[in-house]
Amino acid sequence: MHAQSMTSASRHTQDQTRAAYRRHQKRAAGIAQGLGWFSIGLGLAEFLAPHTITRALGMEGRETLVRMYGLREMANGAGLLSADNKAPWLWGRVGGDALDLATLSLGMEESNAKRDNAILATVMVGAITALDFYAAQRLDGLKQVQDAPDYSARSGFPKGARAVHGIAKDQAAVMRPRFIDNPPRYERQRQSAEAAL
Amino acid sequence: MKALRWHGKHDIRCDSVPDPRIEDDRDVIIKTTSCAICGSDLHLYDGFMPGMESGDIMGHEFMGEVMEIGRDVKKLKVGDRVVVPFTIVCGECEQCRRSNFSVCERTNRNKKVGDAVFGHTTAGLYGYTHLTGGYAGGQAEFVRVPYADVGPVKIPNGLTDDQVLFLGDIFPTGWQAAVQCDIEPTDTVAIWGAGPVGQFCVRSAILLGARQVVVIDRVPERLSMAAAAGAITINFEEESVVERLNELTRGKGPEKCIDAVGLEAHAGSSIDSMIDRAKQAVMLESDRPHVLREMMYVCRPAGTLSVPGVYGGLIDKVPFGMAMNKGLTIRMGQTHVNRWTDDLLRRIEEGQIDPSFVITHRGKLEDGPALYDTFRDKQDGCIKVVLQP
Repeated sequence: MHAQSMTSASRHTQDQTRAAYRRHQKRAAGIAQGLGWFSIGLGLAEFLAPHTITRALGMEGRETLVRMYGLREMANGAGLLSADNKAPWLWGRVGGDALDLATLSLGMEESNAKRDNAILATVMVGAITALDFYAAQRLDGLKQVQDAPDYSARSGFPKGARAVHGIAKDQAAVMRPRFIDNPPRYERQRQSAEAAL
Repeated sequence: MKALRWHGKHDIRCDSVPDPRIEDDRDVIIKTTSCAICGSDLHLYDGFMPGMESGDIMGHEFMGEVMEIGRDVKKLKVGDRVVVPFTIVCGECEQCRRSNFSVCERTNRNKKVGDAVFGHTTAGLYGYTHLTGGYAGGQAEFVRVPYADVGPVKIPNGLTDDQVLFLGDIFPTGWQAAVQCDIEPTDTVAIWGAGPVGQFCVRSAILLGARQVVVIDRVPERLSMAAAAGAITINFEEESVVERLNELTRGKGPEKCIDAVGLEAHAGSSIDSMIDRAKQAVMLESDRPHVLREMMYVCRPAGTLSVPGVYGGLIDKVPFGMAMNKGLTIRMGQTHVNRWTDDLLRRIEEGQIDPSFVITHRGKLEDGPALYDTFRDKQDGCIKVVLQP
């Protein structure tokens, strides 16, 4: 392939990278948006009906804590839906999930009649945590792509890659050691054979 | 004088130390005008190379002006500008006479240690452990340069430090890696690692006439710099390296593969890399050879693997049977810098290539410790750091 087609191939690759970036950005942004609305919904439920939640989990007496968690969820959801950079809000959700899981572990006692519900809730929060983590990581990675400095003009070839492609091809098979002085017999023979050509 | 000294893993400081002095009649002292942090310095920084001692002066990519000369120095004079190759060479031993400069038989001051560790000693290197002589490095205001009539490359007027500094290491290293491939006009050359050496491998493979050059990395700005020269890029976090290389070579694999990564391969999601990391943590393996494994797998039978990436010790689970049965040629080694410098200097003078394209960060010596972190963590788009004392 000549330098011209090499350049067009690399441009093609850059276009592909940009297209992949846009695809990933769309998908991650969609997940973040969904998690934002989920946060608002869960937050509202926790804030408005803490008794229902604590009863279902067999954790009566912790209504104030659940209400606080509801406020946290709503704030996080609002952040996710409004911020340009959603990654910190997603990491915030991951932290909140850890708190939820720690709290749910209190409902795992054998004496809790609603222990099965607490286990089910833990599994669900675990799954949501995985989704939060994935989306946060993905958006962080994309931010890195977005912030990457542009070195696309740094070819290192002042005359252009096309002008110098293959300019050193006579050097392409010079791994044979170059004897500075007193070359051994086989090297002298090779040199004379080349000279005779 | 000020110098960057190694005090332990992730601990490099800018210290005041005594100036170097002429110790042998063949020495010169140079005043450093530019020096660089090399990817292989990071192996020392990360504590992967044995043989460092607290207080060692770092750096093996440097250039400067001759300040003082020993009595037996004939070819240099005070005021000359020189680039100093990272390998210290005597020019007289059997290996030097064969231009195998990186395995000079005389310049390792700790030859006994070199013999014990490597079987036979290799050349002395600046700022690169006591296994290779324990010489003070070039990330300092002044440097003692032994065998000064042999190694240093005189720089003609009209070329800037930025244009020629990398003649001391990464440019000839990338060049040798590509030359070792015996590139033919029909070849696809695949290069793992788009760091500074990988970037020079790309440019060298293009100058040497490769049909297509493919670069594998995951850092977007490094890939974009490789693409700027005309390389096809593969982000290994987003696509399968093996599938894409096969697609680019009609299912046959690249004829030539270059490992410009070395012992600290970051291939996070591959299982072999995770096992390597775990083994490294419990000292069952010193190096992480993911790239070697992948090159052996994907390379076309009868192809060539070229390894400029630095390895320090032991690797595990390398499919050597695969390499043997495919008839692969493996070439590697520290760079015989002086074998290539005259030719490469000419190419710079003629404008075929301007190595300064790779510089992304600059600082004073005092900024060195922070810039080590920036470079290691690939922060702020960092690809190559140049320090001006």
